[in-house]
Amino acid sequence: MLISERVKIEPLWKIRLRLALRSLRRNWALFWESRIGPLGLGIILFFVLLMIAHPILMATVWDSRVYDPIVGFDRALVGRHPAPPSWAHPLGTDPIGRDVLSQLMWSTRSEFALGVTSALITVVIGTLIGAICAYFGGVIDTIFMRLADLVMLFPFIALLMVLRSVIHLDLWRLALVMGILSGFGGITITLKAQALTVKVKPYIEAAKVAGGGAFHIIRHHIIPNIMPLSFLYMMFNVTGAVFTEAVLSYFGLLDIRMSWGIMIHTAESAGYLGAFGQYWWLWAPPGAAITLLCFAFYLVGRGLDTVVNPRLRKR
Amino acid sequence: MAEILKLVEVRKLYPVKRRVFSLRVRDFVHAVDGVSFSVDKGEIFGLVGESGCGKTTTGKLIVKLVDPTSGQIFLNGQNIVLIRRGKPLQDFRRAVQMIFQDPYESLNPRFTIFDTVAEPLMIHGVRSLSEREALVAEILAQVGLTPPETFMFRYPHELSGGQRQRVAIARAMVIRPKFVVADEPTSMLDVSIRAGIMDLLLNLRAELGISYLYITHDLAVARYMCDRLAVMYLGKIVELGPTEEVIQNPLHPYTQALLAAVPVPDPTYKREPPNIKGDVAAPINPPPECRFLPRCPKAQEVCAHSPHPPLEDAGGGHFVACYLAGTWKNTA
Amino acid sequence: MPLLDVKNLTMHYTTKMGDVHAVDDVSFAIEPGEAIGLVGESGCGKTSIALTLLRLLPDNAKFLGGSVLFEGVDIVRIPEEEMRKIRWRGISMIFQAAMNSLNPVYRVGDQIIEAIQTHFPIDYQAARRRVAELFDLVGLAPELMDRYPHEYSGGMKQRAVIAMALACAPKLVIADEPTTALDVIVQDRILRRIDEVRKELNMAMLYISHDIAVIAEVSQRIGVMYAGNLVEFADTVRIFKNPAHPYTIALMSAFPSIKGEKRKLQGLSGEPPDLLRPPSGCRFHPRCPYATAVCTESPPEYREIQPQHYVACWHPHLGRS
Repeated sequence: MLISERVKIEPLWKIRLRLALRSLRRNWALFWESRIGPLGLGIILFFVLLMIAHPILMATVWDSRVYDPIVGFDRALVGRHPAPPSWAHPLGTDPIGRDVLSQLMWSTRSEFALGVTSALITVVIGTLIGAICAYFGGVIDTIFMRLADLVMLFPFIALLMVLRSVIHLDLWRLALVMGILSGFGGITITLKAQALTVKVKPYIEAAKVAGGGAFHIIRHHIIPNIMPLSFLYMMFNVTGAVFTEAVLSYFGLLDIRMSWGIMIHTAESAGYLGAFGQYWWLWAPPGAAITLLCFAFYLVGRGLDTVVNPRLRKR
Repeated sequence: MAEILKLVEVRKLYPVKRRVFSLRVRDFVHAVDGVSFSVDKGEIFGLVGESGCGKTTTGKLIVKLVDPTSGQIFLNGQNIVLIRRGKPLQDFRRAVQMIFQDPYESLNPRFTIFDTVAEPLMIHGVRSLSEREALVAEILAQVGLTPPETFMFRYPHELSGGQRQRVAIARAMVIRPKFVVADEPTSMLDVSIRAGIMDLLLNLRAELGISYLYITHDLAVARYMCDRLAVMYLGKIVELGPTEEVIQNPLHPYTQALLAAVPVPDPTYKREPPNIKGDVAAPINPPPECRFLPRCPKAQEVCAHSPHPPLEDAGGGHFVACYLAGTWKNTA
Repeated sequence: MPLLDVKNLTMHYTTKMGDVHAVDDVSFAIEPGEAIGLVGESGCGKTSIALTLLRLLPDNAKFLGGSVLFEGVDIVRIPEEEMRKIRWRGISMIFQAAMNSLNPVYRVGDQIIEAIQTHFPIDYQAARRRVAELFDLVGLAPELMDRYPHEYSGGMKQRAVIAMALACAPKLVIADEPTTALDVIVQDRILRRIDEVRKELNMAMLYISHDIAVIAEVSQRIGVMYAGNLVEFADTVRIFKNPAHPYTIALMSAFPSIKGEKRKLQGLSGEPPDLLRPPSGCRFHPRCPYATAVCTESPPEYREIQPQHYVACWHPHLGRS
């Protein structure tokens, strides 16, 4: 009789689930210990709350004619826009009469969407290319590495300006473009280096001897061993994406209706940015939001250092 | 006795990159330089030598981790050098496996023991999960990791070196290969654990009918494990024969020196220093005469003016590559 | 007076998961000019002892008791500045995998000169002459002084590291697996050379290795370590001909040899214990074929069962004297 008939072995999926939960708990403990990681996570949570709160507020307390972030207008204060903060408008109104807080909260959603999408695309491309270059080496490696050099040297903003004149550059397209461009850039080099350290390990030779082909080894051995690093880089990429969008919006290069960058752009093009202290509610909230969100993701990334790299762990 | 593996004049040369702007002909490292031997079915054939002699490269050539520069390798009569891809390659991989030296690095740290041992099964088409579980449990029990259920879902870092090496052996044996190359399987293990692993390999030979190529630098281990031995130096085999015969009656000066250098765990035994000069050279662009000439204490005129001596039969299956081997018996 | 007198040395490592009992109640002595071997497998504590003797332990090492008298001075308790004077001048060490302890960006000769000049106020030229002497002693050509480590072979690097250890003419040299990574012919040369040098300079040596064949050839007396304890200590012939501790006996029969009858090897079942939670009583009892109830309850005393033959076991084998 087979051993598995004599002894009850639990179904494989259950065992794997248990192992996965165990490792999740361990990684969480490490993440928590870093202290800056949870801080970053906390800030992100705060923004998530903002994001959730907006539709609730719009449905209950706020009148959509006044508080709509894009087309709202407060008649009561006509002639005094941009109005300073008050009970009705905790962060004041912008030059064309829209509530600043509402704008801030609404934009959070698109910032998240943009950042995470762009970072995800970048990391998926970078991981795949890095693994392939490391495994095959030779011509393939050379092509992608030279491509990466090219991408890194390329004037990113100039390209986007040109692109914008050709296509309608809204949020999703921007995420796609940024994601793809960064994906072939520096991250490929870093992940390839990491994949190389995996490729020379004896267990890769063992997998080859067992009969594993290139696809099998890349998929089962190389990619899982570089994914922690990919995940780490994803955090930093979110930061880059959010910041890039802000810069582009500020210069009016994008076709987005509303974002934190657009908020600053609106203030600037209406001429209110010159007098710093006087109209602070026009640039400080979005500026702080951009900085904080980027900072938060960066902190999460740093908090993941010990999770990703076991050698950094204290004894 | 049927032959299961046969190497004929196998060569592996690696180009060495010289300085950047050299226009000269490239240099080559002669890692394996014209090696021929055969292994019988059910035999354990030892390959011994110091580092850089080419024994590990020979092992890799046999499992097709690298391809030879020239020569033929026959597995059950079929020339495996010609196999490139597809079903013949998969069949080959089922038949020939390898056990690696480092128990810490030859297992993927993210794979459970089950994943590691089941990987060959998955690659070779054992689709049913329950069948894989059963086969893995069976082989784990056979290598001494009992009860298998307690080991299957652990990770390598939770196991000791000896246990990890047993897992590596299980992985090699799970698809029932015919030939296994064992590359120094015990050199990174603790002494008291080595005996267990060596005995396990001996038992598996009997139970599963496997033939081995056992690569080691440790002559005492080779004596314990191997039926026949080949001594390698700078990519060539200098002596070959039944183990006990080679060890008690070494004919090649290098073998004699090697045996004389092995420390003996007996404080009352006075060991004379080995009779050999110089240090091992790198096998780059070797000269045509005997490779061992610069270090040989017994070299004569004929050795400097003739090509590297071929392996010749000295009787009883004992071969030696030395022009002067017939002129003396054991002087070690 | 012995050159080195270790008494009841106890040292643990503090980790997040608890205390690792690396060295527990170890006592032995080394006379001037004597060669002592310390044999044991990985995790037995032999390297920890070596690091303790030189006070080169990591920060989480906790010293819990005992004393180490070097020429009468307890070097465990003296301040670091005092220890710095003894390190390399009184006691020096040849580290494991020594080829990695040479700095690749400095010439080998300069690295040794640095070691010398730290302890002696001599000028560069005088230091160079000393290095040339040392190289001659270990069998390296003097031109090699001005080469970089990557230009050396494995055997040459090992000799360079030995030269560095001898640079200040210490009274005791600790050699931690000095030849493990080397081929057998090179190993033979280096071990013979070390022995010649030792006799020439009348140095004491503490050889640490897992290879009992090597230890048999180089040591006059041998200590056997297991799981942080010194389980047996006697002169070399006695350890091999009359091993008293079951672990020593097991170790002897686990080694294949090219000489003598070909016999079946006896390994040890089980694993070395986890030093975070060592077994109760005698640490070897889970793997000992002769263990009885008392072995599981209390740790055996380390005592002299025959003249100059120490064992820590409740049931030591007492063969012919």
